[in-house]
Amino acid sequence: MRIEKEDVEKLAHLARLEFTGAELDAMVNDFDKMLGFVQRIQTLDLEGIEPLVYLNEEGQPLREDRPSEPMEPAEALRNSENSDGGYFRVPRVL
Amino acid sequence: MKSSTFEKTAYSEIREQLINGTLRCEDRVALFLERIREHAALNAFLEVFETRALRKAQEVDQKIAAGTAGRLAGMVIGIKDNLCLEGEICSAGSKMLEGFRSLYTATAVQRLLDEDAIVIGRLNCDEFAMGSSNEHSAYGPVLNPLDPARVPGGSSGGSAAAVAAGLCDAALGSDTGGSIRQPAAFTGLVGIKPTYGRISRSGLIAYASSFDQIGCFTHTVEDASLLIEMMSGGDPLDATTSSVTPHRHAAVLEDDPRPKRIALLKPALDHPGLDPAAKAHFAEVVEALKAQGHHVEAVDFDHLDQLVPIYYLLTTSEASSNLARFDGVHYGYRATGTESLEELHKQSRTQGFGTEVKRRILLGTFVLSAGYYDAYYGKAQKARRMVRNWTDRVFADFDFLMCPTTPHEAFALNRESADPTVMYLEDIFTVLANIAGIPAISVPTGLGKNTLPLGTQIMAPAFFEEQLLLFSRQFHSQFRVHN
Repeated sequence: MRIEKEDVEKLAHLARLEFTGAELDAMVNDFDKMLGFVQRIQTLDLEGIEPLVYLNEEGQPLREDRPSEPMEPAEALRNSENSDGGYFRVPRVL
Repeated sequence: MKSSTFEKTAYSEIREQLINGTLRCEDRVALFLERIREHAALNAFLEVFETRALRKAQEVDQKIAAGTAGRLAGMVIGIKDNLCLEGEICSAGSKMLEGFRSLYTATAVQRLLDEDAIVIGRLNCDEFAMGSSNEHSAYGPVLNPLDPARVPGGSSGGSAAAVAAGLCDAALGSDTGGSIRQPAAFTGLVGIKPTYGRISRSGLIAYASSFDQIGCFTHTVEDASLLIEMMSGGDPLDATTSSVTPHRHAAVLEDDPRPKRIALLKPALDHPGLDPAAKAHFAEVVEALKAQGHHVEAVDFDHLDQLVPIYYLLTTSEASSNLARFDGVHYGYRATGTESLEELHKQSRTQGFGTEVKRRILLGTFVLSAGYYDAYYGKAQKARRMVRNWTDRVFADFDFLMCPTTPHEAFALNRESADPTVMYLEDIFTVLANIAGIPAISVPTGLGKNTLPLGTQIMAPAFFEEQLLLFSRQFHSQFRVHN
């Protein structure tokens, strides 16, 4: 399949990224190459093979459902560039 | 001890002197700090934890005097910049996490600290561990200490360069598709990626969660064995860690004279991308193995050229999901002057991520999108099962599977390419172990046409670290060349 600018723009929006101008042109070119590259798996005959989803087949370990100490709010906010009174600040939503 | 008379020695070779007090940890740390300053141009360290390292060294010296020091007493290690150490910056080689300070310490790092290792700094890497040359770091490329015009490999390039230049005893890295083994091969070091599930990834910044494993760079297999044993084992903070008992380092030091059955990955040896000098070197390795009485046999595999595509379909999908957490709000880079929440997300991510990371997020987003999921993601998962079935069949007949670690020696910095997939093929011989989840090690075995190191890769069945390390230690001793 041939990748167009609109395809990259749509994917970029889904991934919350933005490309414009020369950067968009370069990304269209790169994406086309990458997609061509991964097409190689289409030649594989995988009829009757189950997908491998979990590499470790020991199953999920279980633990007691006991509450543990939560992270202090001040700690949780420490790496945010904009917080106020125990909350993360973002642009107006409503 | 003068820096100019410094020799790159393995920890296991100087441990006795540390324990009997001939060498002091504080002096060694001071020496490493001096060497790090002298080699600043390599750009291996993003930050040196000078005060922390010296304080820990004094503490370990006291413990040694009191006879209470741990099994890694005084081992000076560097950690890849995607491993968290409480209170320190961890940026994953990205502008996105430029000032991010870890709230906790990675389990693997904590286990080394508990055994009295000394963490001396954090090491440069490709952004979010995505790359094979360390040229995709937001903090500039790392130079190969053996030839500064060449790359050290990636993504754990800073880790490889630091150990190879003698700036620390050992370094931790992470390996998603070859990010430890390829740089180890490029810098003449031992580099190991253990079995998937062997070491907890809690505190490792995730790239592709069903592939990522922590491992190490060392001068010898013996040091690697010690580090891997210390880091291995279950962890409630990473549900994928296995309850299988870790290997015993003491067993790795025994002698095993029994001949082994060794499979060679035939299509790797016939691959057009394999440099003739690397091919000739590997042939010598094979002859040496045969001369020692090992049974060596080339095995066919029809899908070598599909391995890197399978790897990219799955890892970019996982990356697009893992990196969705960088939203500009909770932590990490935040764009200024945005008017809406969506614009804040978009601008923070667009300005915070580098080009290679964006490429991979975009491909992963495509692969997981409605209409393409079954044809790409689902198919790649089936292909992954097929690959693992093949390695299971090989290991039913053989002890180990071998091939060159890389198709060639370290390549030049700034190698121009209009096609990002050219770089992806750097991992052609290493991704197999990550797809199958098996342990793999790169051992330096010789020099290529430009007298730069070449590595030999040995793969083993899942959780056979003990056999792999024991064999690799004996194997390495035959080829060990001091660089």
